[in-house]
Amino acid sequence: MTVRIVAFARIREVLGTAERALTLPEGARARDAWAALAVESPALDALLSSTRLARNGRVVAGDEALQDGDEVALLPPAGGG
Amino acid sequence: MFGICRTPIDVAAVEAGMREDGIGGMVTFTGVVRERADDDRVVDGLTYESYEPMALEEFAHIAEEARGRWPGTHIAIFHRVGELRVGEIAVAVVAAAPHRAEAFAACAYAVDQLKTRAPIWKKERYADGTPGRWRSNEGPTAP
Repeated sequence: MTVRIVAFARIREVLGTAERALTLPEGARARDAWAALAVESPALDALLSSTRLARNGRVVAGDEALQDGDEVALLPPAGGG
Repeated sequence: MFGICRTPIDVAAVEAGMREDGIGGMVTFTGVVRERADDDRVVDGLTYESYEPMALEEFAHIAEEARGRWPGTHIAIFHRVGELRVGEIAVAVVAAAPHRAEAFAACAYAVDQLKTRAPIWKKERYADGTPGRWRSNEGPTAP
């Protein structure tokens, strides 16, 4: 399956892009997307504990199953206001 | 009324849009870019970004919660994104209610909630040219 990764703030800088496609094996879960990205960008490891993952606009747990075409957002701690 | 704005927030227009006959009190909070960071460094400005669809949904949830707690209350939330300079308005929250007590309470609630829940991020740009830093409202800050 292929999902679309959208990244913000510090995570966007570490990944070097705000948006990219990521191909994952069938049956992949949200945490697998993060792990695949961290292989390419090891600096992500330090950010895992503070990052929330959203699938199609909803914050999900790491074991959330992904589907082809999903948008997976990587959300650092909020800093609005 | 909710919005993510790329241009200056027209607070007067937001307030005007909230007025109706049942409203007896309106409280407006505006968050402004401050000259100094928490560590007292001089700030050149702040750069904001958002995950817009989710931010707008979160604004609507917060407003709905406020309405549940203080019936008759209406909330407007507008947040700016992009590069802001010192003195510019980053966020405007307007609470309109039949009476002032609910308006004050609902406005404070909405501001507190949006700071921790809305997917919006800010980076401090420093006047001395040192690298900017992302600042979080949730405890330890990323370098």
